[in-house]
Amino acid sequence: MLYKEPSSGKIIPKLENITFYKYQLRLLLKENARIDPKSIEDYISHGGYSALAKVLSEMSPEFVIKEIKKANLRGRGGGGFPTGVKWETTKNAIGDSKCVIVNCDEGDPGAFMDRSLIEGNPHKVLEGLIIGAYAIGADEGYVYVREEYPLAVENISIAITQAEECGLLGENILSSGFNFRVRVHRGAGAFVSGESSALMMALEGKVGEPRPKYVHTAVKGVWNKPSCLNNVETWANIPQIILKGAKWFRSIGTKGSSGTKIFSLVGKINNTGLVEVPMGITLRDLIYKIGGGIRGEKHFKAVQIGGPSGGFIPEKYLDLQVDFDELDKVGSMMGSGGMVVMDEDSCMVDAARYFVDFLLEESCGKCIPCREGLRVLSKILSDICEGRGKDGDIKLIEDIAETMGEVSLCALGKTAVNPILTSLRYFRSEWEKHIRDKSCPSKACKDLINYYIDPKKCQACQLCLRECPVGAIQGSKDQVHWIDLEKCIKCGICQEICNFGAIRKISKEPIPKNPLKGMKPIWRMEN
Amino acid sequence: MVRTVVLNIDNKKVRAKEGTSILDVARKSSADIPTLCHENGLDPYGACRICSVEIEKKGRTKIVAACCYPVEEGLKVRTKSPKINKIRKTIIELAAISAGEGLSGEMRLLASKYNADLSRFRSRVPTESTKCILCGLCIRRCIEANWDSIIGFSGRGVNKRVVLFPDRSGICSICNYCYDVCPTGRISSIGPSPHFPNIDNVIAGRE
Repeated sequence: MLYKEPSSGKIIPKLENITFYKYQLRLLLKENARIDPKSIEDYISHGGYSALAKVLSEMSPEFVIKEIKKANLRGRGGGGFPTGVKWETTKNAIGDSKCVIVNCDEGDPGAFMDRSLIEGNPHKVLEGLIIGAYAIGADEGYVYVREEYPLAVENISIAITQAEECGLLGENILSSGFNFRVRVHRGAGAFVSGESSALMMALEGKVGEPRPKYVHTAVKGVWNKPSCLNNVETWANIPQIILKGAKWFRSIGTKGSSGTKIFSLVGKINNTGLVEVPMGITLRDLIYKIGGGIRGEKHFKAVQIGGPSGGFIPEKYLDLQVDFDELDKVGSMMGSGGMVVMDEDSCMVDAARYFVDFLLEESCGKCIPCREGLRVLSKILSDICEGRGKDGDIKLIEDIAETMGEVSLCALGKTAVNPILTSLRYFRSEWEKHIRDKSCPSKACKDLINYYIDPKKCQACQLCLRECPVGAIQGSKDQVHWIDLEKCIKCGICQEICNFGAIRKISKEPIPKNPLKGMKPIWRMEN
Repeated sequence: MVRTVVLNIDNKKVRAKEGTSILDVARKSSADIPTLCHENGLDPYGACRICSVEIEKKGRTKIVAACCYPVEEGLKVRTKSPKINKIRKTIIELAAISAGEGLSGEMRLLASKYNADLSRFRSRVPTESTKCILCGLCIRRCIEANWDSIIGFSGRGVNKRVVLFPDRSGICSICNYCYDVCPTGRISSIGPSPHFPNIDNVIAGRE
């Protein structure tokens, strides 16, 4: 029943001693396992809504903003904009009615931070939102949840109803004279709608496309009202800052980035899942201590942070302290906190292609650099991965990337080039090998590799022969097998099931000749 | 009351009303900034990015779209530089991927002005030429003239198209505005059906 550590086989009875949890600081996530998200009583019994009571009874709106500014809380949605400054801008903007919005349009592949918070502890987010509304002077709130998170929609809706019944929402909240209402808006599933101006267009019932926002949405947002949009995680941080104070919050993390951050740790590592760590933790600690190292004794190659438009970080930066500024310096970004670990079998050109294709699908198509730039980039990258790369392709990619990064309308286009640029910066030799030699050093690009059965190792067991979906493997019982390359679709099933490690991938090497007809496995010849 | 601000465009001091766009101010002071999705009287749209200019504010430079950026006190604007020219050239070359090479109108003029090689990217991505850069001018102009539009966008990303709503074609006042504003020569004749695919066909995948 008890947890057994896979590496040592030791039994660890206590949760806090398990290595996955030992190095984490779960300030936001800890309650997820303890409370029933559908019960406001549960949340209140864990000290919930006491921050709101404190704010309404003894703090002025100005004081709340001052406290948040002092805490140096930065937007957890990716931009890292100081939350207190954003609140102040919205507060000072001219408008009769103001809006606060929760951004839960989480669309990054493999990222579930916002989802876990809003599904597991919706009242915490709601409490932060009400405090924010009080500080800003907003009377309307929206929770923008993507339709693909049905449980999140359900739980936050229940939370809002319960809060209304308890007098924590609505007219004259806790007899303070403060009025505030919240509505849930379900997003229709466009990745770009997570961008602030596009989200507000979607809230208005229009097509979710970004608009030029040199006038900030904090001044002129949804229905031209001053609107303060923050990520789920940012809102969830508010109650604890109010309760424990800005000084306490600043004591966690680094000088430029305070507090904790939730990462979605996925990829080729042993322990995957949501991890909450103080800012400033090194990548090495995250990947090797919490993540338990690379799966299957393989070698670490790169980690991609910040969703599809984050950059790759190579091995030489493993001791980088993860915070907003340090990640920017190496060409990546905090993003929403997706963290994909790649090992030696991952091809960095192919990885860049994957993310560009994702963004091409999700680009709204409004501005020319993003729409057309991604289209060409995607085509050139497929060409390179499929062995049709040409000299000069890298120059072409750099030209497009420069223009896209500078002038695209919104952050989707501006940051879409990060994976390509960092891949080029840190793994240029791989690109050159793809283009010049038509070979893939990581043996991941299907069109540049072949499967080969080593006749010295093959035991003629017929396992691969039977499993091959296209019947490409030739040979018979007592006869060493070989692969008919014309038929092979490079699915890799044979390599996976071979018990003798006889099948390997080759790239660029000359393809060895098929074994002589009737060649017997080595052990049979010896007998 | 609207304040007046002083800014610097191409090393010339210019006075302007606060909140006007860089583009409007620059055009009054006879600096030449090209545009493809802008039309006087219509709200700025910011989609073509060809009006990008370099601004300097508090010692930091960045590139912004002149049609949308409101002028500020002490702003330094450069409307021409090798970097800007390169960006504009690249944008035209990118736009040519779907628009094709046989263009006319404003787009043609800009292509020759910035020496753009229209086949540079297009040769890598063989796509059918639509002669449209999705600037949205025809749609926005139509709404302006008729309070409603017989054309509109459908689709997303590279599948975005300008399509015709046949049930609304009755409101077309044959004002010719869509023809006038089109920067690529896509709209070649006037009338209620300016040669756009029918929305029903587009959604059904027939076009």
